[in-house]
Amino acid sequence: MIEIEKLEVTFTGGRKPVRAVNGVDLSVPQGSVLALLGESGSGKSVTLRSLLRLHPEKRTRIGGSIRVGGQDVMALNRRQLADLRGRVVSMVFQEPMLALDPVYTVGRQITEAIRKHEGISEAAARARALALFERVRIPSPERRLDAYPHEMSGGMRQRAMIALALSCNPKVLLADEPTTALDATVQIQILLLLRELQRELGLTVIFVTHDIGVAVEVADRIAVMYAGRIVEQGSVPDVIGNPLHPYTRGLLAARVDEAVPGSRLVTIPGSPPDLADLPKGCAFAARCAQVHAACQDQVPALAGRLGDHRAACLLT
Amino acid sequence: MLIYAVKRLVYMLPVAVGVSIVCFLLVHIAPGDPLTAVLPSDASAELQAQMRAVYGFDRPLPVQYGLWAWRVLHGDFGASIATGRPVATELANAVVNSLILAAVATCIGFFFGTLFGVVAGYFRGSLIDRLCSTLSVLGVSVPHYWLGMVLVIVFSVELGWLPATGGGPGGSAGRSFDWAYLQYLLLPAITMSVIPMGIVARTLRALVGDILNQEFINALGAKGLEHRGIFRHVVKNAAPTAFAVMGLQLGYLLGGSILIETVFAWPGTGFLLNAAIFQRDLPLLQGTILVLALFFVGVNLVVDIVQTSVDPRMQRA
Repeated sequence: MIEIEKLEVTFTGGRKPVRAVNGVDLSVPQGSVLALLGESGSGKSVTLRSLLRLHPEKRTRIGGSIRVGGQDVMALNRRQLADLRGRVVSMVFQEPMLALDPVYTVGRQITEAIRKHEGISEAAARARALALFERVRIPSPERRLDAYPHEMSGGMRQRAMIALALSCNPKVLLADEPTTALDATVQIQILLLLRELQRELGLTVIFVTHDIGVAVEVADRIAVMYAGRIVEQGSVPDVIGNPLHPYTRGLLAARVDEAVPGSRLVTIPGSPPDLADLPKGCAFAARCAQVHAACQDQVPALAGRLGDHRAACLLT
Repeated sequence: MLIYAVKRLVYMLPVAVGVSIVCFLLVHIAPGDPLTAVLPSDASAELQAQMRAVYGFDRPLPVQYGLWAWRVLHGDFGASIATGRPVATELANAVVNSLILAAVATCIGFFFGTLFGVVAGYFRGSLIDRLCSTLSVLGVSVPHYWLGMVLVIVFSVELGWLPATGGGPGGSAGRSFDWAYLQYLLLPAITMSVIPMGIVARTLRALVGDILNQEFINALGAKGLEHRGIFRHVVKNAAPTAFAVMGLQLGYLLGGSILIETVFAWPGTGFLLNAAIFQRDLPLLQGTILVLALFFVGVNLVVDIVQTSVDPRMQRA
């Protein structure tokens, strides 16, 4: 359903070009969920937004190819792109308070999307919006349609955001850390809702998160990103149970629920490289405990010994 | 909404009273004796005392204020010391003249201000943005009496297209909205529109730029909206702040401009104020300042109410 090949995204707006994504290959079969895991600045959100070409065109250079359902996203003209957005591929944003227009009612923002794509009457669109609100289990949905974003709670706003994303029956749902801004109990509810809707509607989902627990909860496969590259990719049990890349191992070791009470939390020493000045070799080499001389010379390719569980490390 | 409007109206009353007290006191604190303007310099002490009694200047200040406020409430601002005509008549005439000038200047200023501001904000960093920004910076920085004089030199003296000064062919008596009248209005109105144009343009440019940088603009694009659809959202988000700025500017404009009205000899409130100050015409000065101040209070009230009705976040707060 989604085929990304050699994706490179460079932001050229600043003093030095920032290479946010450096050759990402991803393939997500129809009806499956991929979790894109990584820390802030690893390029996961940038990769996700590239699927809708949401980056400002003037300040962004995009290379490689992106295909969604057979369509070449990079080759679409403005009109075709608008038809793709929201209708074939839609997106749930990280912070619904910022991603919803504060001066329009939530209902209007949903009917607006429906009417843009299907040209039906406001009444018909509203009926659909109401059904969507019931579907995402917003209490007293009729009244909530006329509410403004600031009148809803965080969890309810994210439900409305999900309703908005599903309003035109998309095939692909992109979720950009949809639970990060919510508190823990609401997080679980939203995750369960997303998982349920994904199964019922047969959605293909890319789920960006920095939370391993969330990734395990929702995903079929995990791709771990570091400094704009995918360093490890495989099914959830493979990646969690048998991590190949030292970075993935570091992440797993740093989980808070693994920590011994009273002792210091485990961290990965150092910090990620400057994306405007990437090293020649493996981007993780400077922080890696098992670094070799060869690591400094070339970027290791994503390769695997065990079926489709692959890692970009010379050690594997 | 109605309750809010009524509440705002009630809040306005103490402000209005305060304004009237300040107006009254300002004139009394200022140095100079109003009687020197009407009496010959060698007038006898008895005559001075007699005149003082006639105008009531011999009573204590609070009493003077009370009497003045009572009469003002009944529409009686007293008689001008310089001309002897009722201040109310003079004011009414001047207010209408200033309003006409302000209305035309507002239309010109807000139209071009909005146009330049929105275009510049939308195409930030482009050549057209730089052009619009330069124009609006010029607008706020050029001294407008100077601009007025330059316009007079170019269009009246050199080209001879428009009259240089005056309030219309028949003075303020014969106001008929034809070309003969409008040509008197054009130069002062353009001069006056430059400042609000610049301020509105600069505000809107920053505002539109900010709104376009927000995440919900990305989200609107992500659901398939194109430029036209997104533009509607930008306008509605910019409207409350834009109205607030415009309302404030409208308040300034309605107050008339002493400098512009003096340069063009436009018989409005600014012109009147100027005359009243130089002639130490106390009743006229008090009346004019009070009316101008109350204008401002009234405009602020209207802006508050309009702004509240446009922005849902303020309505229910």
